[in-house]
Amino acid sequence: MLTQNNNRLNNLMVPILSIILGFVFGALLMLLFGYNPITAYQAMLDGVFTSPYFFGEALRQATVLTFTGLGFAIAFKAGFFNIGIAGQLLVGWVSAIWVALAFPDLPRIVLVTLSLVVGIVAGAVWAGIAGALRAYFGTSEVIVTIMLNYTALHFTNYLIRNVLSTGNTTERVGENASLRIDWLTNLTAGSRLNVGFFIAIIVVALYWVFMTQTTAGFEVRAVGLNPHASSYAGMSAAKNIILSMVLSGALAGLGGAIHGLGTFGNIFTQSGLPNVGFNGIAVALLGLGNPIGIFFSSILFGVLDVGAGFLPNRAGVPDEMASIVIAAIIFFVGANYLIRLIMGKLKSNKQATEGGE
Amino acid sequence: MSQTNKVIEMKGITKEFGNFRANDNIHLDLNKGEIHALLGENGAGKSTLMNILSGLLEPTEGEIWVNGNKVNISSPDTANQLGIGMVHQHFMLVDKFTVTENIMLGKEKHRYGFMDQDSAEKDVQELSDRYGLRVDPKARISDISVGMQQRAEILKTLYRGADILIFDEPTGVLTPQEIEELMEIMQSLVNEGKSIILITHKLDEIKQVADRCTVIRRGKSIDTVDVATTSQQELADMMVGRSVSFKVDKKPATPKDPVLEIKNLTVKEARGYDAVKAIDLEVRAGEVLGIAGVDGNGQSQLIQAITGLTKVDSGTIKLAGKDITNKKPRQITETGLGHIPEDRQRYGLVLPMKLEENMALQTYYQKPFSKHGFLNHKEIKEHAKRLIEEFDVRTPSEEHSAASLSGGNQQKAIIAREIYRDPALLIAAQPTRGLDVGAIEYIHKRLIEQRDNGKGVLLMSYELDEVMNVSDRIAVMYDGNVIAVVNADETNEKELGLLMAGVSLEKAHEQVAESKGKEKETVADTK
Ligand SMILES: Nc1ncnc2c1ncn2[C@@H]1O[C@H](COP(=O)(O)OP(=O)(O)OP(=O)(O)O)[C@@H](O)[C@H]1O
Ligand SMILES: [Mg+2]
Repeated sequence: MLTQNNNRLNNLMVPILSIILGFVFGALLMLLFGYNPITAYQAMLDGVFTSPYFFGEALRQATVLTFTGLGFAIAFKAGFFNIGIAGQLLVGWVSAIWVALAFPDLPRIVLVTLSLVVGIVAGAVWAGIAGALRAYFGTSEVIVTIMLNYTALHFTNYLIRNVLSTGNTTERVGENASLRIDWLTNLTAGSRLNVGFFIAIIVVALYWVFMTQTTAGFEVRAVGLNPHASSYAGMSAAKNIILSMVLSGALAGLGGAIHGLGTFGNIFTQSGLPNVGFNGIAVALLGLGNPIGIFFSSILFGVLDVGAGFLPNRAGVPDEMASIVIAAIIFFVGANYLIRLIMGKLKSNKQATEGGE
Repeated sequence: MSQTNKVIEMKGITKEFGNFRANDNIHLDLNKGEIHALLGENGAGKSTLMNILSGLLEPTEGEIWVNGNKVNISSPDTANQLGIGMVHQHFMLVDKFTVTENIMLGKEKHRYGFMDQDSAEKDVQELSDRYGLRVDPKARISDISVGMQQRAEILKTLYRGADILIFDEPTGVLTPQEIEELMEIMQSLVNEGKSIILITHKLDEIKQVADRCTVIRRGKSIDTVDVATTSQQELADMMVGRSVSFKVDKKPATPKDPVLEIKNLTVKEARGYDAVKAIDLEVRAGEVLGIAGVDGNGQSQLIQAITGLTKVDSGTIKLAGKDITNKKPRQITETGLGHIPEDRQRYGLVLPMKLEENMALQTYYQKPFSKHGFLNHKEIKEHAKRLIEEFDVRTPSEEHSAASLSGGNQQKAIIAREIYRDPALLIAAQPTRGLDVGAIEYIHKRLIEQRDNGKGVLLMSYELDEVMNVSDRIAVMYDGNVIAVVNADETNEKELGLLMAGVSLEKAHEQVAESKGKEKETVADTK
């Protein structure tokens, strides 16, 4: 039991150290360029935490990241690298908006549910293509999802320009398709935080239930950890590839639908793939694939993202600095191995001195 | 022995994993030019102790002295510099690399900054010839047999020029001939001044090559004895702490209808040639059919085909009367198959998962382990506890990962899982590989019990003793063919040995009879 507690602690140390190192690295860089890192970080934190509006915005950003993070994580657990989260998010977004615009007169509960479900299905299908190709033809899911990202981008832009509107922006969806709820909007001084935040919390719980309590989750974990033993035990590789990719895309699609109905209320042509898609990968890695870890990583990234806006005005620091901190954290998570090594060395030094006494 | 004679002294070594003591104040010393055996039950802490010596683990307490100097072996590299090399129980090879690449790993040969593949391959070939360790330098690890993987592992250590060699159960997968060769290699290494620590569960190997033997039990050192003056029975009893029986007790079999019928089966190997060539084979309910043969004569592919892990090229396989040719593994399992796989870590377990989850690896989707797609963790845990208890799997708890179990206990966990399902046909490939004598005694008893309960058992083993003791009939495989099926009580080691070398049954009969005749003559002469 003790070893397991120790392991859990060690596991937590890696992301925490990564975050600290990320901030330290950012600070050093700011010093190098002649900025004051303390002022900069203070500006970010004050900006977010002293204003209900910006705090609400940070949580709103965290909401979408939670979905993309969970989406990436579930495929990753099964041993697949779903780079296509951004594209799946986009198709989820555009289809949810499409439904909301197409049936404006449906009752709110029906319309919202329908739009979200269509967003989920769209994301699931988009990722499922890559899953099926991998399962039946052995095509690399990495390459296919990258290609599908661009397909999604141009397809979405085409739809916006030619089907959903005639310009670069669609109409806004009606009140009865919106995810905003008054008390939340008021509580956060008019931020775009919406009911999606609570959906995210529910999905975090569902993800945990799926992974640890269901036979399907058991299979996904087993296949990801040892595909040979899994096929020996009669689990179908093809089924699990497709299932995990479909679920991955479904989560991204739901994130997209909530982004659309909650954050923006419309969709507009994109010049590139949405960042929230790729940041989901970082969130998942920082959260070590654990749903609660992913949730908190999302909040951290949300705060950094919104806080970055305060850097130029309040600290005279370019807001790219926040992106550098994010990038550094991701780097240190990736350098996980390095951190474990350092921690191992520290521990063995301690042991050596203890043993010497 | 003078002090300077000791190349290794381990003093008071204790290793704790959490609050579990795997090693508890162990003492061990190794003399120069000695073969020192380390004997102990599964989970006694042998690998842990040797992992400490080779720098993979740090002791919680204790001192290590090498050549009279106190040292701190903080990494395998340090161990390497001190001339300590280890051949691990579970190979440390990169699957996708070739034999040569694995041996060179970290010590690559360069020419103008490029890997010098050709000369490296030549080196490996030379080394392999010199020590008689047969490998194909160009073959990928994932394509070669477990036996050859092990030989590559041994070559790797030799290539690094270690003076102190640790062999952690090196003979588990070797054929009798290969073991004989390895014993000779070890002797000659010692003659060159190297010193060897040998972990093995095979007492005859200890008797054959070791000078001294240290026995450990449940983490504590019990005694170090002179091998020459200690009998196998004494060693076994000292290790287990009770009297062990080596004989397999069994009544004659009462075979009934066939549970496994193989007709005209051909299986292709990864590289496309026939590994199993149009064979017929039958296992009946209530009998143990042994498969004997030298490693790499189609046994593995045959089993993979029966279990659905490899495609059948032509022919049919029937299990319990149902056609299972090219069916999915799950369908085959549900038809009534249990399978103790040859490669326990690759197929038998999901190492990072909990032991209790591994115990339900075949049945998690069935009642009572799950209902409506939801797992019942309580049942899974209780099931694991039952198996751990019944099969004496040694682990601090069922919540530990399968990876944390000792090699022998991993094997026991798989055996427990498969036997407990009570399948109509149990395929046991090398089931007692890596088990201590006490555990082997128990597993053999369980296999016979399956048979007596009217189940079929297909036992594949490279160990002739095991095949002969446990089986009722023995099929000998050579070059993808079943060249003979003989009754276990009508054959002997010599005949099987000839058959395994590809000699036909009639010829083998003749030769055995001839040599018997000669023996009689010489006996008569001396009289
Ligand atoms: N990382 C670990 N965490 C917890 N327990 C461990 C760990 N590694 C080993 N153990 C435990 O320590 C004990 C000793 O294991 P070890 O591998 O040294 O046994 P062994 O003597 O080599 O046995 P075998 O003959 O089966 O190979 C086992 O009970 C095992 O479960
Ligand atoms: Mg061991």
